[in-house]
Amino acid sequence: MDQNKLSLQGPLCSVPINDHQQIVIGHGAGGNLTHDLIKTVFQKHLGNAILNLGNDAALLSMHAEVPQGMQLVVSTDAHIVSPLFFAGGDIGRLSICGTVNDVSMLGAIPKYMTATFILEEGFLISDLEKILTSMAQACLEADVKIIAADTKVTEKGKSDGIFISTTGFGWVSPKRQISGQNAKPGDLVIVSGPLGNHGIAVAEARGNLGFQSQIRSDVAPLNHMIAGLLESVPEVHVLRDPTRGGLATTLVEIAKQSQVTIKLNEEDILIDQDVRSACDLLGLDPLYMANEGKVIVILPEEFAEKALESLQKHPYGKQARMIGKVESSSEGNLLLKTLLGTTRHLDRLAGEMLPRIC
Amino acid sequence: MTSSRMSAESIQQTKLVLNEVRRITTKAWNIMEICGGQTHAIMEFGLDQLLPEQITLIHGPGCPVCVTSLESIERALSIARQPGVIFTSFGDMLRVPGANNDLFGARANGADVRVVYSPMDAVKLAQSNPEKKVVFFAIGFETTVPSIATSILHAEKNQISNFSILPANVLVPPAMQAILSSPDNQVNAFLAAGHVCAIMGYWEYEAIAKQYKTPIVVTGFEALDLAMGILMTVRQLEQDRFEVENAYPRYVTREGNQTAQAMIRQVFEPVDRQWRGIGTIPKSGLGLRKEYQNFDAVQLFDLPLDDLKESPLCIAGSVLRGIAKPTDCPTFSTLCTPSHPLGAPMVSAEGACSACYHYHGVN
Repeated sequence: MDQNKLSLQGPLCSVPINDHQQIVIGHGAGGNLTHDLIKTVFQKHLGNAILNLGNDAALLSMHAEVPQGMQLVVSTDAHIVSPLFFAGGDIGRLSICGTVNDVSMLGAIPKYMTATFILEEGFLISDLEKILTSMAQACLEADVKIIAADTKVTEKGKSDGIFISTTGFGWVSPKRQISGQNAKPGDLVIVSGPLGNHGIAVAEARGNLGFQSQIRSDVAPLNHMIAGLLESVPEVHVLRDPTRGGLATTLVEIAKQSQVTIKLNEEDILIDQDVRSACDLLGLDPLYMANEGKVIVILPEEFAEKALESLQKHPYGKQARMIGKVESSSEGNLLLKTLLGTTRHLDRLAGEMLPRIC
Repeated sequence: MTSSRMSAESIQQTKLVLNEVRRITTKAWNIMEICGGQTHAIMEFGLDQLLPEQITLIHGPGCPVCVTSLESIERALSIARQPGVIFTSFGDMLRVPGANNDLFGARANGADVRVVYSPMDAVKLAQSNPEKKVVFFAIGFETTVPSIATSILHAEKNQISNFSILPANVLVPPAMQAILSSPDNQVNAFLAAGHVCAIMGYWEYEAIAKQYKTPIVVTGFEALDLAMGILMTVRQLEQDRFEVENAYPRYVTREGNQTAQAMIRQVFEPVDRQWRGIGTIPKSGLGLRKEYQNFDAVQLFDLPLDDLKESPLCIAGSVLRGIAKPTDCPTFSTLCTPSHPLGAPMVSAEGACSACYHYHGVN
């Protein structure tokens, strides 16, 4: 009899777990879990006066921030790198640097960013914190603030760990005329360092190399280096970061946009020995490998030495070099003078970069 | 590609060797480099621009991706589409068009197609996915065969029964014989592929050189190696000699790597094989021996074959036999580009059409 009696003493319902070690669907539902995740994880790392207000949108007082007559520059980029952590960086650093660099490529000073996080159910919160720490460090280094952010959670298997999309805002004077269409015959081409490190570092992190190397991604915010360059040489015609598709694909784009021919000197292009060996082994061409911390600068010949000097003063531009010249042919070609003195065409990367088999 | 690629000394030596080629050349000669890796390097360094006009380099059928038959690709697609299969392949192969689709397309439609860098990676996948059938697309010349044989022996020893291969490997010597015995042959001499010879040696070529009165020079892949191979070939041609010579002695011996050869013989045996664009060449492929049939995907999967048709516009067959140059094709760089290949030689970086497209010189 007694056994059938219901006891009302003690908790009948189990208490919801609030301190998950992993992302659960509820983190995206907009309730307490979402609130806690924002407060204890996102704001802890990325917080600032504007973000912490917790409004639906960020309010910026333009007059206080931006000198009159300046133009707004906006760029947006989605990041889905696999694996999330690699030698020299991670998806967090990449998501800040990629967008900061894109804004900088118009000669603008990036100031603010927004970030959207797509998290997969089951994603470790400790990994999320590592990524946010890295984003915070990159923001500090680049001197940008995240002023609005959003998080969504997908069911397990519907995304891949974490995707981060960022948008960057900066300002530039209308006098600054930097564009991929501005390469002029007679201009020189400078690149700020050795090529292909990011692509190979990610390939290694994927376990594709089959051996260990010392190659680290070059992922870095270039805005300060570029601001320094433009201060000493405002006459720059083109700035472009050779990310996906590498140096060759980026320069083909510029040659076509500007309707000029760009001629590179193979012997002036710097590639680290480790990157060269990895590329040889895998049948990849470093001129097509991604970079995340390099800039191509195209400018009139008379300013090239001064530009080189300015870049080389900065830690990210120490190994900057002149690698080629812009010539007057409207075909939009990229040519490479080989080590043997012959000349050949370089084209865009076709589809995915595939290793040759032998 | 950079200053570190070639020392100043080897640049100087390459130029000297090519000067010597110019000095001794008196007649027109067609030299075929067998290997796609060599085609790639010749184009990359622009070596063809430094040769005398009388010397024509013909790009041979040595891109394994390009010569893999339509039938094999259709079989690969058919296996990849089946549920419970992880289909693995070297990267190049994913973009080679079959009759209607490629492996990338199959992947986009939900097939589990993965790029591996070694057949052992596929074996590891089989071990870690015991509920799946893992199939490796065994393509390539003699260079890839030892690692494929190793993977079979490893799978056998460790009783990994969910691993199999789709055999499509091909052999160099029968292809050289097929080219030389063709009535429209234009090849006067061969640069033999250094990597293949490192494994197989070059003793097999001696009979071919003698029978067809054709010089064969084992050649490497650096600019200086290629220049030396060309010089030794032209010397023979000008002196009316037809021998097998070795311009790659730092890696190649006459006998080759006998351990690897023994392993190949243990697992594989020569079979007739179809070459894309060329047709069936007797005993030009490797099939699994009877003892290893349980690793043969062709036996393990039900593979219906449709009527297979190549693009009627593509002249890949003539290009692979050295009768036409890629630039002779009306679709070259117009309808057919590396982004939209009509035929296999436009796909792999080693393919003659693709190498021509990417690296064509500037006169």
